[in-house]
Amino acid sequence: MDIRVDTVRKEFSHYPALNDVSLDIRSGELIALLGPSGSGKTTLLRLIAGLEMPTAGRIYFGDEDASSKTVQERNVGFVFQAYALFRNMTVLDNISFGLSVRPRATRPPKAEIRRRALELLDLVQLTGLEKRYPQQLSGGQRQRVALARALAIEPRVLLLDEPFGALDAQVRKELRKWLREIHDRTGHTTVFVTHDQEEALELADRLVVMSQGKIEQVGTPDEVYDKPNGPFVFSFIGESSSMPVTVENHEIWVGGRAIGLPAPHDAIGEAVLFFRPHDVELVEDGSGAALAGVVAASRRVGGTRRVELEVGGNPNRVEIDLPFDHPAGEKTRIAFRPKRWRVYPKG
Amino acid sequence: MFEPEVVYDSRRVIPPADHARPTTERPWVRRLLIAIAIAFMALVLVLPLVLVFTEAFRKGADAYFASFSDRQSQQAIYLTLLVAAIAVPLNLVFGVAAAWCVAKYEFWGKSFLTTLIDLPFSVSPVVSGMVYVLLFGAQSALHPLLKAYNIEIIFAVPGIVLATIFVTFPFIARELIPLMQDQGNTDEEAALSLGATGWQTFARVTLPNIKWGLLYGVLLCNARAMGEFGAVSVVSGHIRGKTTTMPLDIEILYNEYNFTAAFAVASLLALLALVTLVFKTILEFRFGDELAGTRRH
Repeated sequence: MDIRVDTVRKEFSHYPALNDVSLDIRSGELIALLGPSGSGKTTLLRLIAGLEMPTAGRIYFGDEDASSKTVQERNVGFVFQAYALFRNMTVLDNISFGLSVRPRATRPPKAEIRRRALELLDLVQLTGLEKRYPQQLSGGQRQRVALARALAIEPRVLLLDEPFGALDAQVRKELRKWLREIHDRTGHTTVFVTHDQEEALELADRLVVMSQGKIEQVGTPDEVYDKPNGPFVFSFIGESSSMPVTVENHEIWVGGRAIGLPAPHDAIGEAVLFFRPHDVELVEDGSGAALAGVVAASRRVGGTRRVELEVGGNPNRVEIDLPFDHPAGEKTRIAFRPKRWRVYPKG
Repeated sequence: MFEPEVVYDSRRVIPPADHARPTTERPWVRRLLIAIAIAFMALVLVLPLVLVFTEAFRKGADAYFASFSDRQSQQAIYLTLLVAAIAVPLNLVFGVAAAWCVAKYEFWGKSFLTTLIDLPFSVSPVVSGMVYVLLFGAQSALHPLLKAYNIEIIFAVPGIVLATIFVTFPFIARELIPLMQDQGNTDEEAALSLGATGWQTFARVTLPNIKWGLLYGVLLCNARAMGEFGAVSVVSGHIRGKTTTMPLDIEILYNEYNFTAAFAVASLLALLALVTLVFKTILEFRFGDELAGTRRH
């Protein structure tokens, strides 16, 4: 089911939570809404579900205008952040709920409901736990039940609000892989909200990066990571270092020195240079133009050593990664050049 | 020479009293506080209760049970049960509806409504009775209309029911509001997203979530409905055999120096209180976490 969000605006007591957002979601796609808290990602998800109604704009499910439809009519599978399992019902009753509340005309017979619920329980790998109550399950198991419950109504689209937010790192990784598998098997159009960029990059076909009620960039993980379209996306997705620079004569200058990086044609004047700390090459001092700085601090991060450099007396330090056995110590002078970088106009 | 006194010995054994947690009192303080509490409770709670039963049985069990064969006392018991049977279910519906509104929706004037729900707690019951007399009594503007349709409210059963409903209104709503606020909306949203109608959501998700809190509120509401004196006294008119409830009947009997009968009826009310207390304790013990958060009455 294609979903089209058309210039949707949502205000909560005159505070705009979403500002004229448009988005096309393709059928069968697994898409992540990614952004810091307050960016409007959950609001967008709830608008698609029909749990909120837009102040302005329309939402289409396929060719059908779903904007004024209620959440019941939209037939979406929604998985809540805190699971929202019905605590007075067993796992089986939770999963059966969506089918058992259907009007008599479309409600499957009891045995059929049970059969389908057990099938879903099997899909989420919880066979044998149908008689348990939600309190008797672990966080990861509850999340699986919540997903099975949402899938039971054969939704047109699956919406997940921070599905792994409340789980510990280990379980989270496992469930991530497993959600991808379920998605590939069932083929549902799936939208999930997360503030964890690693999760979004690993799991999603496409990412929607949001900030302050607006969409900053939409693209595949590669596009968003390698070609961020602005300073926000660059610094939000992945590790980044940035420093103020000047652009002149199609070159980038720091403190009156060209640093050997060509600038895009259109940019000129004050700008900000962004690069990834791990994506730099070290340059022998004196051999060509480069950025040079003095090590102000260093720490070990996994297999590399991350150092903070003071470049050109600039108090804003930049970070780069060195091999962990690099001999650099405090006050050592290091010259480097980013291998890949972006320059964005200042402000 | 060594002077061991000045060497700070870190292994010095500190007496347990100094070790005690900062929030724990010394034993003698603790015992004193407990003694005061027990003495106070014995004096103002247990002693009167015991007295009610001793007075009721002073002339023997026969006299005690004979008190209940009095037609007027039977009528008072009947009326009390009737009033509670009307007031409690109505307040159940009102209370759930009010709690639902306050807990699940944002709307203009919400805090005013919350204050209004508490009003019966802060107004003297006598005053609430007076309000109904002013509203429906012989001096009111409504009176001719009521008279034309032969509707009697003041000095009749409807007035007693109204006054009781007013006085007991907050019990259920007050119990449910914090509970429902605590539980939030997500369970309901989940049910709706799965296609349930509003009514199905209420019956199958909301109600089970609040059932113990609701029962608790009903118990308190019922105890108050049966025991209410002030408001009912004003609107009832004390017509014996017609508009006296148990508390009013007790007063009349007592004023007539019929102590055995007065205390016999009083013992019924006291028993009701004890039964309520037992149920309340069981509920708190068993379902404490499903009542209003961790709050206890």
